[in-house]
Amino acid sequence: MIRKPFTAGRRDNRVLRQGANTVAVVLALLTVFPLYWMVLSALKPKGEITSAHPRPWTFAPTLENFRNALGVSGFGRYFLNSLAVAVVVVVVSAAIAFLAAVALSRFRFRFKTTILIMFLVAQMVPVEALTIPLFFLVRDIGSVAPGFGLSSLGSLMLVNLAFSLPFAVWMLRGFVAAVPESLEEAARIDGASRFTILWRILFPLVAPGLAATSVFSFITAWNDFVFAKTLILDTDHQTLPAALMVFFKPDENDWGGIMAASTLMTVPVLVFFVLVQRHMVSGLGGAVKD
Amino acid sequence: MPATTVTARADHGDSSPVRPAGGAPATGRRRPGPLSRIPVPLWLLLPAALVLIPLFGYPLYQLGLLSVLKFGQPQASGGVPTEFVGLSNYTDVLGDAQFWTVLGQTLAFAAFCVLATLAVGATCAVLLTRVGRWPRLMLMFGALGAWAAPAMTGSTVWMFLLDTNSGLVNEVLGTQGHNWMYDKWSAFAMVAVVVVWHSFPFVMITLYAGIQAIPDSVVEAARLDGAGTVTIFRKIMLPMLRPLLVIVVIQSIIWDFKVFTQIYVMTGGGGIAGQNLVLNVYAYQKAFVAENYSLGAAIGVLMTLILLGVTAVYVRSLRRSGEEL
Repeated sequence: MIRKPFTAGRRDNRVLRQGANTVAVVLALLTVFPLYWMVLSALKPKGEITSAHPRPWTFAPTLENFRNALGVSGFGRYFLNSLAVAVVVVVVSAAIAFLAAVALSRFRFRFKTTILIMFLVAQMVPVEALTIPLFFLVRDIGSVAPGFGLSSLGSLMLVNLAFSLPFAVWMLRGFVAAVPESLEEAARIDGASRFTILWRILFPLVAPGLAATSVFSFITAWNDFVFAKTLILDTDHQTLPAALMVFFKPDENDWGGIMAASTLMTVPVLVFFVLVQRHMVSGLGGAVKD
Repeated sequence: MPATTVTARADHGDSSPVRPAGGAPATGRRRPGPLSRIPVPLWLLLPAALVLIPLFGYPLYQLGLLSVLKFGQPQASGGVPTEFVGLSNYTDVLGDAQFWTVLGQTLAFAAFCVLATLAVGATCAVLLTRVGRWPRLMLMFGALGAWAAPAMTGSTVWMFLLDTNSGLVNEVLGTQGHNWMYDKWSAFAMVAVVVVWHSFPFVMITLYAGIQAIPDSVVEAARLDGAGTVTIFRKIMLPMLRPLLVIVVIQSIIWDFKVFTQIYVMTGGGGIAGQNLVLNVYAYQKAFVAENYSLGAAIGVLMTLILLGVTAVYVRSLRRSGEEL
């Protein structure tokens, strides 16, 4: 293993190291514990869930809560709605952000700084406040194009696309800048067209950055609660975060169902994270030198 | 210079993507169409503009417009014409004592979350560099899990952990029947725990990656010169991590100032009698629950202005650290 800045040195103390290891393990356990509790509770039978003395294990794991969540509450449908929105947002946002990032890191032109600042400002805007005008905008669009009106997944896709783009462009710009220009120059001398350079040279080299950026777009779209809550009025087109609220009852919460639904909602993000985790860490490190 | 190279260059004309200056002037063999007169960067920015102008810029403009109108349910349904009322929505908001309470709460809550997130994240990042392979992987894995967990599920799990009757926290502490969300401060504290749990991994992983990116040779050289750990940290690590720290701090401010889901879900829309409102939720409640859209818009505009102040500080500090924008 390579010696890291903090570990290198003569005074590296065995006891200190053991202590640090212990602290790290304890912190790791504390951090994952809520997720463990979520999965465990989703697997617990009804009686154990409502017990006033919950145990950190179960002897009778059951899939009943999952069955209820998916069957009775139509959670499968909400899951697919969420997935459709998130996938479309990730793919389209990656494509658009890539082009914009190239423009903003490879060219010099007038108003470039202004445009960059606008992308930054867009991140500051509390998008929840924009629900007010967007509600009316989407309502009006709906009378022309119902596929993008209220209670349509199209409206959620567009809105989430708009809100994941500024950060994606901002982040991706650093990745594009990190690719040496000499590679493009060489390709150009070999007669490659502009499109070829963009698509065959730059795109693969920025792919890790796109993976890292996609994580943020995915999370934005997948987590969106306020737009799903305001723009989707019928239950058929609801996405997971807003649909989860259905399990909360004024008298007695169905915790088993809530935990099963929460587990189902967390799994895709976890899978996505594990897939791109390597790129994410190296990508963030790459942004340091930007 | 070989002739072939020159032709190849000329073929890709004026606004060449790689090196705008220095290239041969636009004397390509192809006849330039009318579209080719538009510079390439604008073509590349066009898709982003097509999404952002109608779905971000226009609503932002509408938000400002709404805030100077009288716009409630009758106007929204189209029965009553809208009416220009100038700044009266703003005077209403600023004259309302509740607004100032909510503003204070928002600032205090965001500040606490930012500081706690940074403290936990930075400590863990340093810790990661000092531990063995397995503890490091465990902490990374745990942090990725907390980071990946959607705000909604994070909220529901913690609500269950804190549940009055069947929550684990009460069982462990022996405080059965205690409602953590009843008291204003304990409710805020519990939401803050969830926010920090969600956001410290970003700080930890970013800073850890930053520390890893510092070349070992620099640190070794300093050590050979007799620098101690503290000196190395202060004189070498901190300056090199500065750009990253700025990013991490500002991102935390942006995120924590705009927390919506956790507050809304965990406190049931802003707590008992609105005791746990933050500006974001406050604006939402005014607009969609009280159906006073223009008042909600005014709050939204004020909040945007406050966050823009933060942007200005960010841009200035970037400029000062010599970063090219």
